[in-house]
Amino acid sequence: MSSPVVGVLAVQGDVREHLRALEESGAHAIAVRRPEEVERVDGLVLPGGESTTMDKLLRAFDLQQPLRERIARGMPAYGSCAGMILLADKVLDSTTDQQTIGGLDVTVRRNAFGRQVDSFETDLTMSGVDGAPIRAVFIRAPWVEAVGPAVEVLATVPDGPAAGRVVAVRQGSLLATSFHPEVTGDHRIHRFFVTEILRR
Amino acid sequence: MSDSTTQTSPAASTGTARVKRGMAEMLKGGVIMDVVTPDQAKIAEDAGAVAVMALERVPADIRAQGGVSRMSDPDMIDGIIEAVSIPVMAKARIGHFVEAQVLQSLGVDYIDESEVLTPADYANHIDKWEFTVPFVCGATNLGEALRRITEGAAMIRSKGEAGTGDVSNATTHMRSIRQEIRRLQNLPEDELYVAAKELQAPYELVKEVARAGKLPVVLFTAGGIATPADAAMMMQLGAEGVFVGSGIFKSGNPAERAEAIVKATTFFDDPDAIAKVSRGLGEAMVGINVDEIPQPHRLAERGW
Repeated sequence: MSSPVVGVLAVQGDVREHLRALEESGAHAIAVRRPEEVERVDGLVLPGGESTTMDKLLRAFDLQQPLRERIARGMPAYGSCAGMILLADKVLDSTTDQQTIGGLDVTVRRNAFGRQVDSFETDLTMSGVDGAPIRAVFIRAPWVEAVGPAVEVLATVPDGPAAGRVVAVRQGSLLATSFHPEVTGDHRIHRFFVTEILRR
Repeated sequence: MSDSTTQTSPAASTGTARVKRGMAEMLKGGVIMDVVTPDQAKIAEDAGAVAVMALERVPADIRAQGGVSRMSDPDMIDGIIEAVSIPVMAKARIGHFVEAQVLQSLGVDYIDESEVLTPADYANHIDKWEFTVPFVCGATNLGEALRRITEGAAMIRSKGEAGTGDVSNATTHMRSIRQEIRRLQNLPEDELYVAAKELQAPYELVKEVARAGKLPVVLFTAGGIATPADAAMMMQLGAEGVFVGSGIFKSGNPAERAEAIVKATTFFDDPDAIAKVSRGLGEAMVGINVDEIPQPHRLAERGW
């Protein structure tokens, strides 16, 4: 079976880390910055970064509509941190004009854990990902505050002040995490996306 | 030090090297803008900035007015934090660890230990490992960048020559850092010891850079960027993102120029896109040629 082509949305953010994680997970990874590139991919990763900046660039460079259409037609997508915000149908603590691509029936709260001094890393377990706990890195991260009926909760914060908060979800072919597996060198979540969701 | 990025403990921990360096990774491909009021911060956010740098005077005014330049008034920083939802950075004087403590207690997201302010210590920089908040520091060459990383900087920016609108020094610094990294990559293992001595940086860090072909932290550019083409050129020279100081709010049309620089940073390798966003921006900042600034007034020469 040939490798699936997976795009990484490359208007801003930690694109390179996701490209590498995807390549090491058996995908052919390409950067996506233009509408015609959206058509070339079998699936898409929305990276970490600043969600308000990405939203503005998506609209300025005519990417929002093509992405909404592909996701509505069932293209698999995985968003980490800012990428989770972009996939969410509703965002709390957004800027006044902030829009999302949407598709994931969740409400997320932006910068939910606080400012950068509150950013943290911790071990957590995630359903669908076997083996040792995942080292989850939260950087000015959002959390999921409400989920629709079709959404499966895959992980919550294990302890500390935010214990129990939802930080990983899946709805059919859409996957999202509040944290950044791409910065740890542990590619199990990318492999899960490529093998379990894309090749389904 | 660099192995602190791979250490794990089961409990939740804040202020780790991975959390600090990771924050800078998330800013990549973006533009960080100097702002002196909450209104300017709002304009920057609306234009698509990934973060704002809160300071009392932009470098062009520091240069024009002279005097000692210090950390900003906490009320002003609070006002900017209140005004925007994107990350807020602020500057501390080189070596002024108490200004840094104050900025951390105000909740800023990144501290720039900056040569743009008047240095508080001419021998030592701040011990940045002591802080939960991450630091960005300026560098003119690889040795300087590695010394700052050794002290705990989680992000590096070229110094350029702030407040000039003259991009030539930023170009020199970016080229120099990249050239020295390429040189390390081509050295045989046994010559890395002397290379480390010459760079005045720890051998382990030098070896890490030689192996990876890049700094272990994100590298942005700063100092003299005034146009979309300036930003795109720095990106083509290997910067991972851009700081714009005086270039935006000292220009004729800050909101449009800010937005144009954001777009040019994303499409830095697409001349058609850069041409398109460069139209109709009005006056760029007037600027000063770095050559015309007498030596003692060159900010890039502060820090070592």
